[in-house]
Amino acid sequence: MKTNNNNIILEAKQLSIGYKTKKKDIVVASDINFKLLQGQLIGLVGANGIGKSTLLRTLIKVQPSLSGDIFINNNNLQQTSNTSLATQLSIVLTEQLTSKNLSVFELVSLGRNPYTNWVGNLTEDDIIKVNEALELVNITELKDQRCFELSDGQLQKVMIARALSQDTDIIVLDEPTTHLDMYHKAYILKLLQRLAKETHKTILFSSHEIDLAIQLCDTMLVMTGNNIICDQPSQLIKNGVFNSLFPKDMIAFDEKSGSFKISK
Amino acid sequence: MKTSKTYRYQFVLLLIILAILFFVNISLGSVSIPTKSIFSSLFGSIDNETWNIIIRDFRLPKAITAILVGSGLGISGLLMQTLFRNPLAGPFVLGISSGASLGVALVILGSGLFGGVFAGLLTTKWSIVIAASIGSFLVLLAVLSVSSRVRDTMAILIIGLMFGSITAAVVSVLSYFSSAEQLQQYIFWGFGSLSNLTWTELLIFTIIYSVGMVISIFSIKALNSLLLGDNYAQSLGLNLKKNRLLIILATSLIAGTVTAFAGPIAFIGLAIPHLTRQIFTSSNHKVLIPAVAIFGAIVMLVCDSIAQIPGSDYILPINAITALVGAPVVIWLLIRQRKLIF
Repeated sequence: MKTNNNNIILEAKQLSIGYKTKKKDIVVASDINFKLLQGQLIGLVGANGIGKSTLLRTLIKVQPSLSGDIFINNNNLQQTSNTSLATQLSIVLTEQLTSKNLSVFELVSLGRNPYTNWVGNLTEDDIIKVNEALELVNITELKDQRCFELSDGQLQKVMIARALSQDTDIIVLDEPTTHLDMYHKAYILKLLQRLAKETHKTILFSSHEIDLAIQLCDTMLVMTGNNIICDQPSQLIKNGVFNSLFPKDMIAFDEKSGSFKISK
Repeated sequence: MKTSKTYRYQFVLLLIILAILFFVNISLGSVSIPTKSIFSSLFGSIDNETWNIIIRDFRLPKAITAILVGSGLGISGLLMQTLFRNPLAGPFVLGISSGASLGVALVILGSGLFGGVFAGLLTTKWSIVIAASIGSFLVLLAVLSVSSRVRDTMAILIIGLMFGSITAAVVSVLSYFSSAEQLQQYIFWGFGSLSNLTWTELLIFTIIYSVGMVISIFSIKALNSLLLGDNYAQSLGLNLKKNRLLIILATSLIAGTVTAFAGPIAFIGLAIPHLTRQIFTSSNHKVLIPAVAIFGAIVMLVCDSIAQIPGSDYILPINAITALVGAPVVIWLLIRQRKLIF
C-alpha cells in the first residue's frame, strides 16, 4: 500500500470528539489518529452509542471537534470554508429529506449547487456530470420519477448519485444500509466498493454490517470503548480487534468465517 | 434533451388570466362605468371627471394593492414553508401579524389612556400604518436576534408562536378596558382592507415589497438546497445562518408591510403555495417563486371582486372572503389529489 502524502485525502491527528457544554466538555472519544487514502472504501464500525455518528459529524464539520486536527487534502478543516469544503466532501445522511416532491434528476442536480451560478442554473457540463452520476449508480431510468414514489433502496441510490454529482474527493455516508433488506444492504455496499475503484474517490461509511464490511472494505475504522483502530480487515481479524467490540457473553467473533456468532 | 420542465404554457396562461382579472376588478364597483370608458381612462383621458377620479384614484390603486398583497403573502408563505420544513407554516408564524396587531391595538385601544386631543391625532390612518409597522418590526427584531443564536430551525418556529401568544394576551387585556367604539375600530382593522390606499402609500408599499422580493429571488438557490434539509444544505456550501436570516428578513419585510397597509389578511399565505404546487407539481423554487406570485395575485383579485358584491354598495371584509372562497378549494384539491405535495 502506498502511503506517500499525496494520496492521503483525510487525516485525523490527536482528534478528540464530543460535546461542548458551558460547564465542561463531554468527551465521546479521544486520541483518534488515522489516515484515509485516495480510492479506498473505509467502513466505520462500533457498538451503538460508541460515537460513530459523532465522529462522522465532526469529520463533515457539522459539529466542532474538542481538540486535535482534521486535514482534508492537507488543509485543516477548521480553516476550510463551507463553500470550499462543498467541492471536496459530500455526504449521505440518515435524515429524511424535507421535500420528496423533487424529481430524481432535480434532486441529483442539487449536488451541482457548489458549482452553479446564483440562481442555480445548470450548464451543459453540469448536466453531463448529473447524467454520469445517474449512470454510475444505474438509476438513469428513474430520472423522471418523484422521490416519494421510490422505495428505500432506490432512494438510497439516488442520494448516493447526488453525492457523486457533487464531484468531491470524499463521500461520507452515515449508516447507508439501515432500513434495507439483506440484498439491498449487500448491493449498496458493493456499489460503494465499485464506486471507490472506478471513480478513485475515498468513500467512508458507518455501518452495523460488520460481516459485509470485512469482506468489502480496504480499510476499517473500529471504534471500541478505549480507542479507534484503523487497519486492513485481515489485520484486524488477526489482532483480534473484533473480539473486543461487544460483550463476549452474548456474541463472539468467529475468526474462521469472519462473522459474529451467538454465544451458547 | 429536456432536463427540467419550464412550464411555459402554464405561465403564459396565468399571466393572461391575471391581466383579464385586473381589468375585471377595475370595472367592478358601486358606480357602473362602461368598459370603453375604463380603457380610455386608463390609457388616456375621458371627459367625465368623476369617473376619472373613481378609476385612477380608487379602483386602480386597489387593484394594484390586491396584486401586491396576494403575491406578497403567497411568497412569504412559500419561504416559511420551505424554511421551517412545515406545510402548515405561513407568513405569520414568526409573529409578524401579532406584532402588527399589538401596535394597532395600542394605538386604537390604548388611545383612551393618552386622552384628549392627542387621542384624535393618534387614530388617523397613518398612525395605524406606522403602529403596525413598528409592532411587526419589533417582533421581527426579537425573532431575528433569537434566530442568530439558535441553531435549530424548529425552535424559531416555536419562539414565533410564543411571541404571538404574548401579544394576543396583551391585546385581550387592552380590549377589556376599551370602549365599544374603540373595539369596533380595532375589529374593522382586523377585517383587512385593500381599498383607501393613496398613491403615496402605494409607493412606499411597493418599495418595501420590492426589496423583500429581490431578497427572495436571490434566495432561490438557498431555498432549493434547504429542500434537502439543513445539514445537506450546509454540505452544499450554504451559509445556513446567513441565508436563514435573509429568508426571515424577506418574509418580514413583505408580510410586515402587507399587514401594515392592508391589515392581517389570513389564509392566503398558507394556501397559495399549496394550490400552486398542485398546478405546477414542482418543488423547484425557480418555478415556484414566480408561479406563487402570479397565482397569489390572481386569487386576491378574485377575492376582492367577490368582496365588492358586484352591483351593490356593500363591501364585505376581505379577510372573510379569502377563507370562505379559499378553504373549500384547498379541501377539494387535497381530496381529489389524495396527497399533499410538499
